[in-house]
Amino acid sequence: MTQNNRLNGGQIDRNTTLNFNFDGKKYTGHPGDTLASALLANNVRLMGRSFKYHRPRGPLTAGSEEPNAIVELRSGARQEPNTRATTAELFDGLAAKSQNRWPSLAFDAMAINDRFSNFLTAGFYYKTFMWPAAFWEKIYEPIIRKAAGLGSLSMQADPDEYDKGFRHCDLLIIGAGPAGLNAALIAGRSGAEVILADEDFRMGGRLNAETFAVADLAGADWAAQTVAELSAMPNVRLMPRTTVIGAFDHGIYGAVERITDHLATSPTGKPRQILWRIYAKQTVLCAGATERPIAFENNDRPGIMLAASMRSYANRWATTPAQRVAIFTNNDDGHRTAQDLHAKGVKIAAVIDTRPDAPSSMDYEVLQGAQVADTKGRLGLTFVEVARADGTNRTIECGALGVSGGWNPNVQLTCHQRGRPIWKEELAAFVPGGTLPPYMSVAGAAVGTFSTHGALKSGADAVRKALGLKGRAPAVPQAEDAPVNQTPFWYVTGCSRAWLDQQNDVTVKDVKLSHQEGFRSVEHLKRYTTLGMATDQGKTSNMGGLAIMAELAGKSIPEVGTTIFRPPYTPTAIGTLAGRMRGKEFHPTRLTPSHFWAKERGAVFVEVGNWLRAQWFPLPGETHWRQSVDREVLATRSSVGVCDCTTLGKIDVQGTDAATFLNKVYCNGFAKLAVGKTRYGLMLREDGIALDDGTAARLAEDQFVVTTTTANAARVYQHMEFVRQCLMPQADVQLISTTEAWAQYAVAGPNSRKLLQKIVDAEFDISNEGFPFMACANITVCGGLRARLFRISFSGELAFEIAVPSRYGDALMRKLMAEGEEFDVTAYGTEALGVMRIEKGHAAGNELNGTTTALNLGMGRMVSKAKDSIGSKLAERPGLNEPDALMQVGLRPVNKDDKVTAGGHLMNTNGPVDAAHDQGYVTSAAFSPTLGSMIGLGFLKDGGNRNGETLRLVSPVTNLTVEVEVVSAHFVDPEGERVRA
Amino acid sequence: MRYSGFKVIKEALTGHKGWLPAWRDPEPKAHYDIVIIGGGGHGLATAHYLASVYGQHRVAVIEKGWIGGGNVGRNTTIIRSNYLLDGNEPFYEFSLKLWEGLEQDLNYNAMVSQRGIMNLIHSDAQRDAFVRRGNAMILNGADAELLSEAQIRQEYPFLNFDDARFPIKGGLAQRRGGTVRHDAVAWGYARAADSRGVDIIQNCEVTGFRVENGKCLGVETSRGFIGAGRVGCAVAGNSSRLMAKAGMRLPIESHVLQAFVSEGLKPVLPGVITFGAGHFYVSQSDKGGLVFGGDIDGYNSYAQRGNLPVVEDVCEGGMAIMPMIGRARLLRMWGGIMDMSMDGSPIIDRTHIDGLYFNGGWCYGGFKATPASGYAFAHLLARDEPHETATAYRFDRFRTGHMIDEKGMGNQPNLH
Amino acid sequence: MIINHPLLGPRDSAEFVYLGTANLMDRPDPDTATPEDWHDYAYLRDNPAGPHRELWFHEGGDRSILIVTRDTTTHEISSVELARNSGAQA
Repeated sequence: MTQNNRLNGGQIDRNTTLNFNFDGKKYTGHPGDTLASALLANNVRLMGRSFKYHRPRGPLTAGSEEPNAIVELRSGARQEPNTRATTAELFDGLAAKSQNRWPSLAFDAMAINDRFSNFLTAGFYYKTFMWPAAFWEKIYEPIIRKAAGLGSLSMQADPDEYDKGFRHCDLLIIGAGPAGLNAALIAGRSGAEVILADEDFRMGGRLNAETFAVADLAGADWAAQTVAELSAMPNVRLMPRTTVIGAFDHGIYGAVERITDHLATSPTGKPRQILWRIYAKQTVLCAGATERPIAFENNDRPGIMLAASMRSYANRWATTPAQRVAIFTNNDDGHRTAQDLHAKGVKIAAVIDTRPDAPSSMDYEVLQGAQVADTKGRLGLTFVEVARADGTNRTIECGALGVSGGWNPNVQLTCHQRGRPIWKEELAAFVPGGTLPPYMSVAGAAVGTFSTHGALKSGADAVRKALGLKGRAPAVPQAEDAPVNQTPFWYVTGCSRAWLDQQNDVTVKDVKLSHQEGFRSVEHLKRYTTLGMATDQGKTSNMGGLAIMAELAGKSIPEVGTTIFRPPYTPTAIGTLAGRMRGKEFHPTRLTPSHFWAKERGAVFVEVGNWLRAQWFPLPGETHWRQSVDREVLATRSSVGVCDCTTLGKIDVQGTDAATFLNKVYCNGFAKLAVGKTRYGLMLREDGIALDDGTAARLAEDQFVVTTTTANAARVYQHMEFVRQCLMPQADVQLISTTEAWAQYAVAGPNSRKLLQKIVDAEFDISNEGFPFMACANITVCGGLRARLFRISFSGELAFEIAVPSRYGDALMRKLMAEGEEFDVTAYGTEALGVMRIEKGHAAGNELNGTTTALNLGMGRMVSKAKDSIGSKLAERPGLNEPDALMQVGLRPVNKDDKVTAGGHLMNTNGPVDAAHDQGYVTSAAFSPTLGSMIGLGFLKDGGNRNGETLRLVSPVTNLTVEVEVVSAHFVDPEGERVRA
Repeated sequence: MRYSGFKVIKEALTGHKGWLPAWRDPEPKAHYDIVIIGGGGHGLATAHYLASVYGQHRVAVIEKGWIGGGNVGRNTTIIRSNYLLDGNEPFYEFSLKLWEGLEQDLNYNAMVSQRGIMNLIHSDAQRDAFVRRGNAMILNGADAELLSEAQIRQEYPFLNFDDARFPIKGGLAQRRGGTVRHDAVAWGYARAADSRGVDIIQNCEVTGFRVENGKCLGVETSRGFIGAGRVGCAVAGNSSRLMAKAGMRLPIESHVLQAFVSEGLKPVLPGVITFGAGHFYVSQSDKGGLVFGGDIDGYNSYAQRGNLPVVEDVCEGGMAIMPMIGRARLLRMWGGIMDMSMDGSPIIDRTHIDGLYFNGGWCYGGFKATPASGYAFAHLLARDEPHETATAYRFDRFRTGHMIDEKGMGNQPNLH
Repeated sequence: MIINHPLLGPRDSAEFVYLGTANLMDRPDPDTATPEDWHDYAYLRDNPAGPHRELWFHEGGDRSILIVTRDTTTHEISSVELARNSGAQA
């Protein structure tokens, strides 16, 4: 197909032809085109369907404010719904589909809604679909949902990469129109670090769309020359294709740079888009203005567009939506479109100007004091019906109508910190004002300075002020300086099906109904009618709705208010905001030093926070995880096992007040702990609830090594820093996390000492006498490697934990396994660790669940009354000390083969099974190979006095009811003889 | 005026001339039996139940801006009763039951849609906790279902099962959970309350309380003094500011929570999904937008807007669990002020001032509570005793040590 | 947000962990405080709409805890100091 509507001139590269297809039909265009401009050049006006009524739609604009021409771009996993054809750069092979229509764009069955529009008015759904009650979800809603939405997702993982980065600058200039470019020139020449960002792929803003001259050059040429000068400045960074999406606190801006969207295929290694966090000391917003439409009957047909956008298509993209066009305007700007298109050979059917004194033209007819009363054309405009000043009507044939109702400054970014724009009567528009985000100023059309000269000067002034530049202001380049004549004209009297929000199908009639039903504040209007909630965020629709509401309510527009503009400025791909943090990279993965050794051994790993830990080590022939875990437990309890416990938090506490400090953070006493001894410690939060438990080993008078649980390592460290810096700032104590510095292994089982004796250097006595239970020491192993040895036990066996500098962790593990061969040493994972700690009745994460006290944990007496510690006072509250408080107990199934389920609730054997009769719950459960049945730990009301009682364990969510017996939580070696052996 | 399909058709055929304002715009009277401060979901629901259940008709709702302009107008629309603790679960289950009959009660279609909510499980410890929670729900008369990974794969095949940093190991579903058209909740309650004589007074800001001899006699407002037999405060994120006028310090901090909506997309998500290993939950509205959110920003704020780190964090969670949304676009983000309490659970209670009552501390979970909160607060205001489902929501629970701490995070509100 | 660390200069707030009101530094005297004092300390908050003294822990940095005075209505930060220099008692 040929490009019938191509005009002369423009900023497209006619030497190269690009092939593309839309809805399966082939077309051609040129580099520099957008999808919309290329389609228009091919005489395609119909590009989409509206949301509710499925009305045929063509582009309303030529930019990112586009509500209508939105398509599904690309195919397969790269299918991109709701893409604005007006900003999508054309590339060779581009394929796009129209959306929200069935079976085709030209014939859409859902357009039947348009026939019933009288029933589908604003808010109709709130008033019906209520009877019978069940029908809403079964019948009505599925139909509504099926019709919902615009474009569709591919349902496949997005194959592209996204990236993020930080940038810093003295001055961020947002928008590279005349104001932004001139601002950047002055800032660049001053030597400041400048970033100039513009959403367009070609900098210049409206200079590219107008025929004005700047400094004796065509505007577009001046822009190109300025961009060239700026790009030669090392202190200026030009960021085209970059949309500043949000103004956040303290001068931080979010910006999205599109790297490969304009290419058919992404070069390998290039991200599709980058989210930049720009830290700007000062910002000048030069975001320009958006033309506003006029509402009239059937103003939404393809071919009806904003007049300045029509001019952009003609001047920049050398295309016209039709060969015969009309203009409907209330200001001089509309006439510019007529002049420019006329100059390019497009037939101007008429300029319909609402002003009785509108300027006339030699080149085309101007209908003064006239208004568009209606339009015709099913899939595209064919005629406009004009009501003339003399009361007569006239039908004008045309394929396109440019509409101009004046301009609205793009104030969006000034509102992101909840600043409200202020109403400027002489512009009949909102301009930035009130509270701007700190360090932001606004220039050019964005502040209501619409002339080219005004914009150039305003950009210069803003930069000089922002950077505090002294001296004489440089001359402003010569440019047109037409006065602004903007008088409000929002809608043609008497219109009803006149669209305000074209995407969401909100008409003047809906606003009237909203007013009639009392939804009169701007927020109610928006929510009741969905005005301004489409993908364009109301950039072309909000003002019209507001103005009509103001008139109906007998108020001024500022009295009705303006909705708050929120980030992002234009819709932003979720993938971009996520960056690389997806898939396996969603969170960092922490590996212990012996991870690769465990991998060699075929370990199964499990995520524990960000850590990966070996869960068990299957041996050949083991087909079920229980076989491996049972073996690991039994082997450890009968001989010796080794477990990687590097992930436990480790905190070095040093200073003359170290003991005093620990006395404060642990509820039990530490002041008198002897050097060379380790003690179990329970930490409470200030509210008296257990925070964490672990051990503190006194390696020297002024040095302790504290361990925390894996899960709470960061929080405990933070808590200890709070106590140190905020509650005991005078104390001589220092903390440092050494979790990553030391690899640590539990060596447990009756042969653990024998195994360790093979590697611990001979001068260190680790016999029971020389190194009794709870001893600790700095030692050396393997001929001089420094190590820390703790005689502590989580398994309940004779056990040690040995720590070596991280880089020796892998070697130590291999050494232990090699030296342990004679004892049939077993590596065990977190499952066996868990089984053994349950068998021993040790609390862990499931018990330290943030609601349990020392009393609940059976450690009530540990809370020292002799000293003050964090949490000890609030732990005394009556609610935490009730006579029947939950106490940790052990649970065994009455029938040995029954299952015990963590999360099950405990009920008395007789009586109702419901929440009111709840006796407690099971926190942890495991199969105990030692006992030959499942066992559990749980919290039971008055559990300390119910040993031997039979209860029902109920878990309706897993369909389980079994009888369990309350037993001591110390299933194995209750006297603790083994740990002391 | 009753709403119905018949009425909609009749009006459509007669030019929509018969629709009346959904509620009146009355001048405040000199005195009411009960004045409720706050025209949000909770305040309006309170008024409705006061009038419809407790026979109170001399009631006013005072709102400083426009009704429904706070959190009921900006939330992620989820309803559910999947709570763990006995202090909470009966209350939220009561709320869910009220949601189930809401449209008929109000004669307003708030589009209560029980398409289910699913909390994903990613670790054994999480499964243990969800089993306990599911059991607590069932024992309290709610519904809960534990799903295997295979079952979830069948229902939601597009979730990230193959390349996940934290694999999906199961889920806890509540089929009766779902979503509601949030604005319609405020409007429906307002209209229903108004029809029973409740005065809804917008653009009327409370500037102080008139307290004499330990008794609250009414409120000073920007439109003059309004006398009241009893005054109930339901102002969510502004609770501390308001109650300071009565000399109270609250166990509450105000924090910002951001929420997000995508451009309209053809339906992909039937129900609500909560990612258990990141900060992300999502549903899809009847208009097609993915409505999603995550954690609060984490610092005290009244600014009703958040910052980029949390935006990124939430989108990372989204991409981690649903990598097919990468090319969907975030359309709008917004922030609301959350009245974060010290244990994550709300307060519906008397104050030390006779005749002054308080409802707040809803954290980020107030929307789903709207009906029960209104009901229980109406009960308290009308009878001066707590509703049976809200007996635990007392001010003094922190004094006595009866916290209701679902998450187990203690007295640090930003962690709830 | 950007927090101007007294030792390290301007840092992104994402490097920090928020710990809550700076009043948490005024822990009651365990020898004299009443249960009511403990309740008020642990549970009641001024929660002002305006300047708020609060604690930020530089977890991703030098691990200092800073007292930041920040307006909760605008997020504007008016002062930053090291908690350990603020004169609290040992």
